[in-house]
Amino acid sequence: MTSDMSAIKIENITKTYEKGKVLALESISLDIKRGELFGLIGPDGAGKTSLFRILTTLLLADSGKATVEAFDVVKDLWDIRKISGYMPGRFSLYQDLTIEENLNFFATVFNTTVEENYHIIKEIYVQIEPFKNRRAGKLSGGMKQKLALCCALIHEPKVLFLDEPTTGVDPVSRKEFWEMLGRLKDRGITILVSTPYMDEASRCDRIALIQKGKIMDVDTLDHILEKNYQEILGVKAANRYDLVKAINQFDNLKSCFAFGGEQHVVLNDGFKSKDEFQQFLIEKGIENLEIRVVEPDIEDVFIKLMQENSND
Amino acid sequence: MTDTVIHTNGLTRKFGDFIAVNAISFEVKKGEIFGFLGANGAGKTTAMKILCGLLSPSSGEAKVAGYDVYTQNESIKKHIGYMSQKFSLYENLKVRENIKFYGGIYGLRGADLNQKTEQLINRLGLENEADKLVGSLPLGWKQKIAFSVAILHKPKIVFLDEPTGGVDPVTRRQFWDLIYEAANEGITVFVTTHYMDEAEYCDRVSIMVDGSIAALDTPEKLKEQFKTNSMEGVFLQLARNAKRSE
Repeated sequence: MTSDMSAIKIENITKTYEKGKVLALESISLDIKRGELFGLIGPDGAGKTSLFRILTTLLLADSGKATVEAFDVVKDLWDIRKISGYMPGRFSLYQDLTIEENLNFFATVFNTTVEENYHIIKEIYVQIEPFKNRRAGKLSGGMKQKLALCCALIHEPKVLFLDEPTTGVDPVSRKEFWEMLGRLKDRGITILVSTPYMDEASRCDRIALIQKGKIMDVDTLDHILEKNYQEILGVKAANRYDLVKAINQFDNLKSCFAFGGEQHVVLNDGFKSKDEFQQFLIEKGIENLEIRVVEPDIEDVFIKLMQENSND
Repeated sequence: MTDTVIHTNGLTRKFGDFIAVNAISFEVKKGEIFGFLGANGAGKTTAMKILCGLLSPSSGEAKVAGYDVYTQNESIKKHIGYMSQKFSLYENLKVRENIKFYGGIYGLRGADLNQKTEQLINRLGLENEADKLVGSLPLGWKQKIAFSVAILHKPKIVFLDEPTGGVDPVTRRQFWDLIYEAANEGITVFVTTHYMDEAEYCDRVSIMVDGSIAALDTPEKLKEQFKTNSMEGVFLQLARNAKRSE
């Protein structure tokens, strides 16, 4: 991949805190293409926010190199700030300014006006415009999120950095938010978005799975699912508590985790006898036992990669 | 009646003209894992505050652990546990200090508090970490400690307000193992979550829409009723029609 195709290029970025004692990012490399909707998927403490802050020139890495639209995050910080929109994980607009005042403020800082770039935010802004005289501190979570996105977009950025925009948001609002991102992507804006909700991976062109400062895999969701395929048994019974206890006593068990209405069970490599497993559970007195083979989803894969990473 | 831990009937809370909680009626039984779902702004937080004895209702009845929310809210506070993702332990206190601090708040004293503290440290296998600052521990451990602390005084019911937000998939599931264990010991669990797969782990689930309870049943029956194969499907059908968003 040539660098002129890249919107964000990250090479061996390492970041530590507390004089090297806490490793936040361990030699991270990523190449995010122009116009891509790229998801950084991982739990709290994985290093997502550190990476965002480095890319938005708010934090210096210990080592490594990163560019945004070919601008260096250390040397060219002022150029990067002009072309980037950043929505931090914690709400960071002015609580005692109104919706309208916040938006005007951000437009002015970036040397533009709300009128000039209204077309960019229109679709999102109309939803909060009726409350434009309300102070940001008095807004609901969903409205704050929309205002923050408008403020990050008002200077027509080339690259949008969204750090956990959907955390703590209910499934309906999350769905709407991702639909909004899809339309921003259609306009050619490169979007780097982080989320702890694994199911949102399906909304991204490509994803990186990040855990404890390390990237475990980078690819399209389909490829990641394919590469990491393993047979998973979906197991159900009348009494779940007893079922889990019984499963955990099985010798050839690799892992057993709850997934919705059933347990996802992985047996040890090479252990093919489902019948033996079933027989074992029946002998343990499990009633109404149902076992089926299920397609792994992104959480199954994340768990698998987490376990592989903690073993080595 | 002895087996009912939460009982509400027509429970309502207004803020001026705004009806945050609109005549909700339900019961939660001893040892049950009760999922309390709803979109942002549906009224969950207000309802939970009332049930925890932190806010008075405008009208209707509610009893928690046998105590009336109007007149006995101080007794309610002593007989419940509470944990949330946002506020759990003090990072600048040691593990042992956190346990003692919360145990003390929940009314444990003297030898009893010391004994329960040491028992908990042993049970969680934290002998080597007991004098470390909580801030230095991995998130999974923090959650385990926070949950254990919330039930240290053996409450009849524990309220968990989005206990697993932002947690990795393994830790999230290990947390549910703790919930099952507690329920198996007879502690009622009242839990809110935005993870719809977690709704499936509950014995029964209620879904609030615009201040009212729009649906309440076992996950199986709800899925049947709404002709869908996941709780996400149920939730989307109900919450999509919501008129208010916080």
